[in-house]
Amino acid sequence: MSTQSEPLLASGIAHRPGHATDGGALELLDGPLTDRTLRRYLEGIPGVDAVGLEQRAAGLGTRSIKTSSKALALDRVIRLIDLTTLEGADTPGKVRSLVAKAITPDPSDPTCPRLAAVCVYGDLAEVAVEALGTFHAPVARAAGQQGIAVAAVATAFPSGRASLAVKLADVEYAVAAGADEIDMVIDRGAFLSGRYLQVFDEIRAVKEACRRPNGEDAHLKVILEVGELVTYDNARRASWLAVLAGADFIKTSTGKVASNATLPMTLLMLEVVRDWYRLTGEKVGVKPAGGIRTSKDAIKNLVTVAETAGEEWLQPSLFRIGASSLLNDVLLQRQKARTGHYSGADYVTID
Amino acid sequence: MTRLAVPKTYKLYIGGKFPRSESGRTYEVADTSGAFLANAAQASRKDARDAVVAARAAVKGWSGSTAYNRGQVLYRIAELLEGRRAQFADELVRSEGLSERRAAAVVDTAIDRWVWFAGWADKVAQVLGNGNPVAGPYFNLSVPEPTGVVAVIAPQAGEGHSLTGFVSAVAPALVTGNTVVVVASRTAPLSAISLSEVLATSDVPGGVVNVLTGDPAEIAPWLASHADVNALDLVGAGALDWVQLQMDAAETLKRVLQPEDGDGAPVPTLARISAFTETKTVWHTKGLL
Amino acid sequence: MGFLDYAPAPESRSIVHLRQSYGLFIDGEFVDGQGPSFTTISPATEEPLAEIATADDADVDRAVAAARKAYDRVWSRMSGSDRGKYLFRIARLVQERARELAVAESLNNGKPIKESRDVDVPLVAAWFFYYAGWADKLDHAGLGPDPRPLGVAGQIIPWNFPLLMLAWKIAPALASGNTVVLKPAETTPLTALLFAEILQQADLPPGVVNIVTGAGATGQALVRHPDVDKIAFTGSTAVGREIAKATAGTRKRLTLELGGKAANIVFDDAPIDQAIEGIVNGIFSNQGHVCCAGSRLLVQENVHDDVVERLKQRLTTLRLGDPLDKNTDIGAINSAEQLARIRELTAAGEAEGATPWSPPCVLPDAGFWFAPTIFTGVQTSSRIAREEIFGPVLSILTFRTPQEAIAKANNTPYGLSAGIWSDKGSRVLAVADGLRAGVVWTNTFNRFDPASPFGGYKESGYGREGGRQGLAAYLAPSGGM
Repeated sequence: MSTQSEPLLASGIAHRPGHATDGGALELLDGPLTDRTLRRYLEGIPGVDAVGLEQRAAGLGTRSIKTSSKALALDRVIRLIDLTTLEGADTPGKVRSLVAKAITPDPSDPTCPRLAAVCVYGDLAEVAVEALGTFHAPVARAAGQQGIAVAAVATAFPSGRASLAVKLADVEYAVAAGADEIDMVIDRGAFLSGRYLQVFDEIRAVKEACRRPNGEDAHLKVILEVGELVTYDNARRASWLAVLAGADFIKTSTGKVASNATLPMTLLMLEVVRDWYRLTGEKVGVKPAGGIRTSKDAIKNLVTVAETAGEEWLQPSLFRIGASSLLNDVLLQRQKARTGHYSGADYVTID
Repeated sequence: MTRLAVPKTYKLYIGGKFPRSESGRTYEVADTSGAFLANAAQASRKDARDAVVAARAAVKGWSGSTAYNRGQVLYRIAELLEGRRAQFADELVRSEGLSERRAAAVVDTAIDRWVWFAGWADKVAQVLGNGNPVAGPYFNLSVPEPTGVVAVIAPQAGEGHSLTGFVSAVAPALVTGNTVVVVASRTAPLSAISLSEVLATSDVPGGVVNVLTGDPAEIAPWLASHADVNALDLVGAGALDWVQLQMDAAETLKRVLQPEDGDGAPVPTLARISAFTETKTVWHTKGLL
Repeated sequence: MGFLDYAPAPESRSIVHLRQSYGLFIDGEFVDGQGPSFTTISPATEEPLAEIATADDADVDRAVAAARKAYDRVWSRMSGSDRGKYLFRIARLVQERARELAVAESLNNGKPIKESRDVDVPLVAAWFFYYAGWADKLDHAGLGPDPRPLGVAGQIIPWNFPLLMLAWKIAPALASGNTVVLKPAETTPLTALLFAEILQQADLPPGVVNIVTGAGATGQALVRHPDVDKIAFTGSTAVGREIAKATAGTRKRLTLELGGKAANIVFDDAPIDQAIEGIVNGIFSNQGHVCCAGSRLLVQENVHDDVVERLKQRLTTLRLGDPLDKNTDIGAINSAEQLARIRELTAAGEAEGATPWSPPCVLPDAGFWFAPTIFTGVQTSSRIAREEIFGPVLSILTFRTPQEAIAKANNTPYGLSAGIWSDKGSRVLAVADGLRAGVVWTNTFNRFDPASPFGGYKESGYGREGGRQGLAAYLAPSGGM
């Protein structure tokens, strides 16, 4: 959680203590925390009209971001990217390449901002931390610099089909390896079969597992995998569930299923965090991930954030874009803006 | 020795009741030879006003009934008329001067028109309505709905005008759920009042049909200018200053049917039904997610 | 500079080449008008755009004569399939010149380019496409075999959707075999005149469509002309009433699309974020210059405060300004006259005790502008709850039960449109049944489609435009009228 006065933590993600245990948010449930009260609350949230939601998203997508606004937007997009590699074939070499790209996105342009984070599997978090060196967020922050965080996916990513013990071990491993942020997946099976309390408890347990011995936390992004929840009503309920359980961020997708971060889904999740802020004064972040490949799509996301939750959400502590190929398209656009002519794929680096 | 007949008092039909004119006025109805037939109530503007109030009050129930039910109620009128064919034929002989054979044919036609219109009640929406293939994720349906309160100047001349003409003007408005205030034939009002008695004992709710007798030239302007009347059928107003009536009706944008050429009864058509309907189009979003 | 201060993104004006002056379009040619010409302006800047001719009685007479000649000699004799082909041509030409038409529309009307570009002009093309296909299928219009066209149609259109209203009028008239004399609104003649050029490019036979510009007198001459068989009018209820009187006693057929004071009903189970969008779209699109605008918001009392708060938050993101900027949400009020009327009625609303609220909003110095405004604490007896404001002004009232919502929604002499927002299907359909309005949008608002009939109950007029019903309005059964 972050009220505005609270300092941002090393990763740039605002940290929400486990308020849910304090009962503050659970006052909303009007009763003890049980499957029944959770169900009553979540299923009592008014429905989403899919047509209207998609039309609103499409309308936001027609904003025309030109000239100085576009330049500002492109730099902002870079600062909000979680540069991601989540392949079975990932190696230390691949991760080092990714880290180098996050530090120096465009070697031809020293004014190019750095990325928010790199996002890797937990077993490669240590490699990422090492490769970042002084650019790693906690180190950089100690030196008064904005660093780059290491985000690790955990909890039997992407399916989440493992025992709770295994999921927690997965989290603890990544945290111990120096991950600043944990991107967990919810148990979609539990959610779809109506076992909301189980999903809630699992998020809470993961949040506990994010604690370091020194009292700091790795920050928790909760992946809803909206492509498997399918409906907007489900996505909205899952968003509320994750926020109630103490998520620092709610994230659309793993990037591993057919449907990922659509603009209507991102809009819907932004509406939830906006409403949560109205209710409690707490700000929760949103991370669309998967499927955002072009500058144009990324800028549509920025517009959607600014016109829904507000412009203050356009910072790494409250909005991230999980992407891999997006960065190079943004760099090409920046080069075009700088030079006045169109650039080409050989003028940006592959990672 | 011959029995002394019991003559009928012909009154107005308003809100399911048979009041005299509030004005206390009557006028003499004569047969075609000029001989006295009866005294009919001579409706005033206040009777017209009361009739509109009754008609308005009946709109909700009548238009809210199912089309199947309206069809049955209208068919029931035909059934009741069938049992009183002799009475209606006799009145036509006396008031329009028809031969018994012609009068019987007119009654048959009137009954058959009720049957024909009754059958339309639960088909109009299918024939006049449609699902609309709009270019977007929407359910979109157009249906005809009743206009509301329809004022009718019934046919005033021609063979069978006082019964078949009356029915042919009133029935199409009723089919979709409108209620009616109708000014009957001035010279031959007996059939209309007798028909009211049939309506009163049928299943037609009070106020759905309200019948005024008297001078159309006196009553029509009050109906044409009445703000709570939604539509005006001038089918029998050809001899009146109907252009002025249409202009009066324009003040509140009433739907107007102009007088028809020729005497007698208007031809029964779907167009007479649709004239007093409003197309309502309902959109609803369609979303799987 | 913050991200939300989007840099200007103006659509280029250079795509539109306006002439210095425009004549009347009669019998396939531009000719001088006999009346005094007038200047048409951009309401956003008050800059002059072109000189426009005024058609006097003699000009109207010439236009009707040209339409009659074209009807008798060409158009009524042409096969339906050939008429359809002309309409298809027109639809394609509209698509080809879409950007130019959109810019011209926004220039002359003041509406945001995103609306003229994404709504008005695409619908114009859609309308011609839809009715083009009807031209050779009139036997299926519901009037029995071989229905007849009416003859010469006089059409008078308003300034709020100049080109779209032209399409609504001309497309069904031509498809059914009528010829046309059309009068655009005094303040927005330009796109109709560009459309005349399109007709020339389409090689439409001379006289089939004639366009006469001018003010009210020109329209009156058209309405009263004895050789006009059909009048189709979209505009105010007051003028519609006069037209209904003027045509009383004649055999002229009449279609009237008049004013409205639509209720937009929000139940407490509404999909709330979509409802907010629908409210905004319902009253603030096209600056509220929409006859079917959702100008009366009826909110279930238990969610009133939440809805108002969300609505206010949403309104702060609306952008008012240059209609040609692609990010503009609220453009200019169309005329000084209309602006004065909006001001008068909002002042009355305040005087009657309702509370106005507008988002922070800088109005340009030149041109005609009015900030989006919502009134809370409005009573059913308030003028702003009764009279059509035709501007970006929303009156908010409450209700307690569905019956009360229906009763309040229907408590108006108008009956053009209504909106319902609820997640409960059975209630939505029952409420839709109870509303006395020609178009009911449920969980959406202000949607238009050529296949969907549009038109009012009560003093919102009669007849329908769009769909089969809109075609039938220009036809008579072969057996007679």
